[in-house]
Amino acid sequence: MITIKNLHASVEGKEILRGLNLEVKDGEVHAIMGPNGSGKSTLASVLAGKEEYEVTAGEILFNGKDLLDMSPEDRAREGIFLAFQYPVEIPGVSNINFLKTAINEIRTYRGLPPIEPKEFLAMVKEKQKLVELDGKLANRSVNEGFSGGEKKRNEIFQMAMLEPTLGILDETDSGLDIDALRIVANGVNKLRDKKRSFIVVTHYQRLLDYIVPDFVHVLYNGKIVKSGTKELALELEEKGYDWLKEAVL
Amino acid sequence: MNTAETIPFKDVLLGHFEELLPSLSGDSKLRREAADYFREKGFPTKKWEDYKYVNPESILRKGLSFRNDKVRGVTENDLKEFTLVPNAATIILVNGKYVSHSKDLPKGVIIKDISDAIVSDDAAKKHYGKYALHSSDPFIALNTAMMNSGAFIHIDKNVKADRPVHIIHIANNEVSSFHQSRVLIVAEPGSEASVIESYESIGPVKTFTNALTEVYVGANAKLDHYRLQNEGEAGQQVNTSNAHVCGDALYNTYTFTLGGNFIRNNLNIVFSGKNGEAHLYGLYPMKNAQIVDNHTVVDHAVPNCMSNELYKGVIDGKASATFNGKIYVRPDAQKTNAFQTNRNILLSDDATINTKPQLEIYADDVKCSHGTSTGKVDEDAMFYLRARGIGEASARALLIRAFAGEVVEKVKIEELKNFIDKRIDEILK
Repeated sequence: MITIKNLHASVEGKEILRGLNLEVKDGEVHAIMGPNGSGKSTLASVLAGKEEYEVTAGEILFNGKDLLDMSPEDRAREGIFLAFQYPVEIPGVSNINFLKTAINEIRTYRGLPPIEPKEFLAMVKEKQKLVELDGKLANRSVNEGFSGGEKKRNEIFQMAMLEPTLGILDETDSGLDIDALRIVANGVNKLRDKKRSFIVVTHYQRLLDYIVPDFVHVLYNGKIVKSGTKELALELEEKGYDWLKEAVL
Repeated sequence: MNTAETIPFKDVLLGHFEELLPSLSGDSKLRREAADYFREKGFPTKKWEDYKYVNPESILRKGLSFRNDKVRGVTENDLKEFTLVPNAATIILVNGKYVSHSKDLPKGVIIKDISDAIVSDDAAKKHYGKYALHSSDPFIALNTAMMNSGAFIHIDKNVKADRPVHIIHIANNEVSSFHQSRVLIVAEPGSEASVIESYESIGPVKTFTNALTEVYVGANAKLDHYRLQNEGEAGQQVNTSNAHVCGDALYNTYTFTLGGNFIRNNLNIVFSGKNGEAHLYGLYPMKNAQIVDNHTVVDHAVPNCMSNELYKGVIDGKASATFNGKIYVRPDAQKTNAFQTNRNILLSDDATINTKPQLEIYADDVKCSHGTSTGKVDEDAMFYLRARGIGEASARALLIRAFAGEVVEKVKIEELKNFIDKRIDEILK
């Protein structure tokens, strides 16, 4: 699915990622954990193509294609979806119009005709249920006036609509109470299949009780310093990150 | 030898006025006073505070003809194109001159050529010249002195006009020319109506229109007043609209500047009775070297009135926009609510906006606020849209349309809304 080799990235001249390697195969769920400032969100932003982040070395192959060469929209069209840590409010653009535009641009890129209105509406109805999103929210402006939980559910709803092959969750659990967390995680779990992979960036182990990963990696100082299975997350929960920092230093 | 080039245009105009005067209808004393005021003041120059950023004098200094040689006749096709609302009653003015109006008018609505109305119609005689005082601005003075045609619309007491009235102003000339255009709208107490004024042009020759509309909104009346400035690249105008809003009346103005290369709008609203309400909406999507200046004044002369103003600009290319919004709250005007917002998006490094809110508040029990902002398209929103697969150009278009949409959605006539949306897309593509 995706192979990241020796990735170095800076923002405003400051190097954040310092030689990160990661391979995610079809259908796998990888959790990226780490203390604040370790580079977790930078990794998510670099994968989605945010322009403030400058990649200074390394390569990323996504299904054999050079990802770093692509604009953010082309990455999305190729099947990457970033669920934002802070979803942006866009007054005046309705959620529905936004999604329809996105789906049709993705379809055009893939040589498909625009989606039939009927099919689109049926899809909206079905996918809303996945994250228990109120039908009224779909008709409102993108994220405008949404609660924190609604914004995160809207991210997963969008992901369900766009059907990516790689979903990246950037601290999707932040700011969620336990009920909202359960709903969001359920939504993600229903989207898991043999072909679709996920990179789950999180500070806390809590989310991983619901979205159980195949692999857990610890990011520290811009590099993956330890990898393991889901048990590693539990160990981190118990011991914190300090023992790892010492081991690295 | 004296030619048009050596005589200042102001004097040419005044000479023309003397020639015309015997043939002009209405109160010749008023016309002469107005001409005298214009003689004294001349055209505004950059030194005038209110004309600091745009300077009609620089255009008019060169001199323009007042000849009325048509490029060609206005054709059925033109009219079809200029018809924006199929069921509206229309009035056609070419270079300010009344040509015709629909035979079939909404019940209780009267339309006349204003030069006839000011001698024959009691309501026109009563209201004409009362709300645009010639001693307040040289363009008003010039129009009052020289106007010899235009439109008068009368909506009778308690009449609810069942469809809009649409004045189509057409600039159509073979030579660069200067025209006076005059409109008077009288909405009698308890009436309700929508009036659309659109400005169109035929042909590439620069025309300069000095348009002046007086509006009377009687007690408890409701008037929606739309202005769509849709002239071609040769269109130049100073457009003054002065409204007098009586007690319990509601006056909504919508100013969409969708064309023209030099546009100065003066919109002045005075409340004369308690519980009056006015909404001022404006939108100016601009490109190339367009100059658009919106000056608005809301005068809260009496207590308990409400005004709300929202003007938005999207400015591309080397275009230059000005927004100046004055709000006066007079000492007696307690319980005034007055709000003003001006927001702008600059799409290029060469685009400019001068924005200046001016609130002068002399009463103490009031709620007033103003806000302005100027920026580029929100980069975070752009990335969010692109990260969902939407290309850069469509993402930008979506955001601009959403920004403009806040004003467009206030329009209550569906056909107008669609037309405006289409024009915005054409201008900013």
